[in-house]
Amino acid sequence: MKTRRIDNYGKINRDKILSFRWDKKNYTGFEGDTLASALLANKIGIVGRSFKYHRPRGIFSSGVEESGALVTIGSKDRRDPNVRATTQELYNGLEASGQNAFPNVNFDLAGINNYLGRFFAAGFYYKTFMGIPPLEWGKGTAIWMFFEKFIRKAAGMGSASGLPDPDTYEHAHDFCDLIVVGSGPSGVAAAIEAAEKKLDVILVEQDSLIGGNQLAENDFDNSQIKNQLENLGIKIMTRTTAFGLYDNCVVGLLERVTDHISAPNLNIPRQRFWTIRAKHIIVGAGAIERHIAFNNNDIPGVMTVNASKHYLNRYGVLTGKRIAIATNNDSVYETAHQLSEAGADITVLDSRSNFEIETNKNFEIRKGYVPYNINGSKKIHSLDVSKSENMNKYETINCDQVLLSGGWSPAVHLLSHRGVRPKWDYSNACFLPSDSKENITMVGSSRGLWNKNDCIASGIAGTTDALNRLGISKTNYFFPKPGGWKNPIQPLYEVKYKKSRSKSFVDYQHDVTTDDVRLAHREGFISVEHLKRYTTLGMANDQGKMGNIIGLSLMAELLNKEIPEVGTTVFRPPYTPVPIGALSGRNVGKHFRPLRVTPMHQWNIDHGAKMIEVGLYQRPWYYPKENETLSDSYIREASTVRKTVGICDVTSLGKIAIQGPDSTEFLNRIYSNGFSKLQVGKARYGIMLRDDGIVMDDGTSWRLAENEYFMTTSTGEAAKVMSWLEELLQTRWTDLNVNVTSVSEQWAGVSVAGPKSREVLNNCVDDSLVVNNNNLPFMGVTSTFLKGNIPCRIARISFSGELAFEVYVKSDFANTMMDLLWANAKKYDGCLYGLEALGALRVEKGHVTAAELDGRVTIDDAGLSKMASTKKSYIGSAMRKRGVLKNNDREILVGFFPSNLKETFNAGTIVCEKNNIKGQGIGRITSVTYSPELGHWIGLGFVKGGLDKWKDIILVGADPVRNKQMNLKVVSPHMIDPKGERMYA
Amino acid sequence: MIRINCPYCGERDHSEFSYGGDATINYPSLDASEKEWTEAIFFRKNIKGFQFETWHHSNGCRMWLVVERSTVTHEIKSVKPCHPDLQKVVENNK
Repeated sequence: MKTRRIDNYGKINRDKILSFRWDKKNYTGFEGDTLASALLANKIGIVGRSFKYHRPRGIFSSGVEESGALVTIGSKDRRDPNVRATTQELYNGLEASGQNAFPNVNFDLAGINNYLGRFFAAGFYYKTFMGIPPLEWGKGTAIWMFFEKFIRKAAGMGSASGLPDPDTYEHAHDFCDLIVVGSGPSGVAAAIEAAEKKLDVILVEQDSLIGGNQLAENDFDNSQIKNQLENLGIKIMTRTTAFGLYDNCVVGLLERVTDHISAPNLNIPRQRFWTIRAKHIIVGAGAIERHIAFNNNDIPGVMTVNASKHYLNRYGVLTGKRIAIATNNDSVYETAHQLSEAGADITVLDSRSNFEIETNKNFEIRKGYVPYNINGSKKIHSLDVSKSENMNKYETINCDQVLLSGGWSPAVHLLSHRGVRPKWDYSNACFLPSDSKENITMVGSSRGLWNKNDCIASGIAGTTDALNRLGISKTNYFFPKPGGWKNPIQPLYEVKYKKSRSKSFVDYQHDVTTDDVRLAHREGFISVEHLKRYTTLGMANDQGKMGNIIGLSLMAELLNKEIPEVGTTVFRPPYTPVPIGALSGRNVGKHFRPLRVTPMHQWNIDHGAKMIEVGLYQRPWYYPKENETLSDSYIREASTVRKTVGICDVTSLGKIAIQGPDSTEFLNRIYSNGFSKLQVGKARYGIMLRDDGIVMDDGTSWRLAENEYFMTTSTGEAAKVMSWLEELLQTRWTDLNVNVTSVSEQWAGVSVAGPKSREVLNNCVDDSLVVNNNNLPFMGVTSTFLKGNIPCRIARISFSGELAFEVYVKSDFANTMMDLLWANAKKYDGCLYGLEALGALRVEKGHVTAAELDGRVTIDDAGLSKMASTKKSYIGSAMRKRGVLKNNDREILVGFFPSNLKETFNAGTIVCEKNNIKGQGIGRITSVTYSPELGHWIGLGFVKGGLDKWKDIILVGADPVRNKQMNLKVVSPHMIDPKGERMYA
Repeated sequence: MIRINCPYCGERDHSEFSYGGDATINYPSLDASEKEWTEAIFFRKNIKGFQFETWHHSNGCRMWLVVERSTVTHEIKSVKPCHPDLQKVVENNK
């Protein structure tokens, strides 16, 4: 490489030297450098290896469109792959390395792929590994799956660290009247105009400095502009990319807070993910210079013309000594002149034959010439050129750098995010933005304006447009006409190579060549969307910012159509990659989702509870004694409940206060069973159906007073039931006078279950008479006081099948209640029991939970036909016996025993007939437990036809996941105390 | 991000709301036939353009709202409470 740092150029701070490491060697650069400019200054030309062919790649650009210089920054858990060296600011101690190469980018063993190129054309892997006879007869997938992992390893870019991300990220929000994207001449003009008209303005710039492409000019100084913007109260956000536009003028921003700092303060986030809600958006995102496809157009030393200008004037790096510039437009001549002034030998090849350009002739201009082939592999030795009219090698020019300009593509990406398709402009050979009906205005070169004065005028016009649309003004305005070069551009996308196979790259990053596009055409992938997916053109992380137009033009030529007829691919967010860490913000680890705890959470832990997550709730799982395992513990707990008494935190149940004169009517409509005759002081178990007749949830409702009920729902469905009740009252039954309020957080609940439960409660309430069998019969409810004058609600409800009570107190009294109950339960050798024992008890009893009521089950399937009233209509009553729901081979709730009582089984087991073990079988097991009462494993589940059909017939439980099989006996789901004698005791 | 102007809370992100469904369905009476209910809950028009739909301000005031929204552009023409009495309150407070 003949790149070098030169004096008196650039805006870098030469007093501040920064040291950095590239591929394990030490180098230095200056403050203000990017990694790319520092590498160039250190004469490093090869910075990566290409995706498929492992060809050496250099730096192609100076910005976000970079498709060659993708490197890995940082090490260990801060290793960040696929970072564009062109946008990475240099800092002291930066560590970077090349990618996709072994042992390194200068000597890469996989470089042999370059010579096997014919095997790696588009679709090669799929064709080869998915269709090898005889494997293509339906078995190709297996061989593909075998080879895929090797193929994936050979291709690709950098790799992630695989370690937890040590950095923090933040989500932030802001509002404004106008957000301006881009701080080039048009964006700045728009922002100033808007701020002067008293709008609240945010100006966003992805670069570290404001100025846009003016930063590539040798006489540009942004300090005055910056002061002006700040004095007007404009919020300037640099190092911030507007990565996407969304509905209602919402803009997504990524602010890189510490990516440019060598030892960032760990108390500030690495990046901020902003959601900006604006009233109007002005996009002055600029334009991106295209390259030209010709043979070996990827050899390190190839670069866009504008990039070279940036390196010279911003970073003081002259990128070549003998430079060939290939162009089809006027934009390169200023750069050619400046490079020549800086000491380079310049030859300009212009594909146009007839045009006038003013230069002071200190470089050669060859009119009617195009680049044909680069000679060299790791660096450029010379360039073969051809005449435009015949495209054959004509002569060879000695050079060490080739700069390309195939025209400019306005950055219409953000508008494309809003579904606005750009339109092709023949005279400027580019896509121009169409008008948007939303409050979005495109300004500057992103609407195809090539000179600065037009850009400034468009910025002011853009703000006028915004003011008009916001109803603040009614001023006429006009945008300058697209274009602005003296001579028209001559479309030039590819110079065809006449010899054997060519390596003319369309998409550098994904190694897509012009031949790949032609292959796709031959094989019928002619739609743009197919072309893209078949060749992966434009699907790398640069998203085809440089190469897409070339691909389109090639396809247009093959189809004998014009580019707009071939179409354009739709750009989708993000404009540049957004790290997953920034998307998740602080919602990681324990903060991934909210955590809910009951008011006696700490009490439970203090008393030995091991916790488990149920939905968002932390609930006691089991209370092990000494060295007990989970199963030791829950079996002991369940046995204790059956023998004496147990206490269980049931606070996580949903609780809803239902109040108002029409409460009874309301409940009678939403529950499938009758509620009209429920007396004050009684509770009832109820089932709610959905509109379509499927079971939604079950729970109890307690009638506290004439017009007041207390409803409990299952833990998991609490939020859904609450929304459902509100929906019914606010949308369907607006004549009902009922108010519903969620009181889940207000009440702490506990279940006291077991033959000794009444005696325990007796000792805990102020007035022991209230809990005797007469005053509190089965399903009775009372509002009374616990000792210490604590108001409470008690209902005699049983989930375990034992004599049992649910006691509720205000959440503040939760610990006092637990202390009181526990002190008394201990006297009867009682226990604390958790969710696992609760499950065992209810499975023994045949009670259903969410495992059974999974949204596919009808009330009849669940064996609860008695709960479906025939005397009234209710939600779901018309639909619960529709169509397939009345088939008589539906899966019905049953109990399961293993035939051999010593065997175990698992939930998820598929129930099959003997000799027909396949597919979905005839049923499934939903819940299993060891039954302390019965002394063996039992299960609940469903089987087609139910108990009546399979009584005394041995079925098979197939558990292919665990590679298990066992014989099963079908039994009644009510596996203990079927008559309920214990509950009524 | 769609922004919904809740009549009680003001303009908020759609992430505060839960989508309900078609707001134009007249649900049949509970004792109506299976056929009527089938029509009401399974058959939906797939409208291109503005439609009335319900949204629940579930992370806000918990009001159910009728939102007139374009399925093409997400443009929202009107937002009002589902409950007629609440509609009146909103009207009176304007």
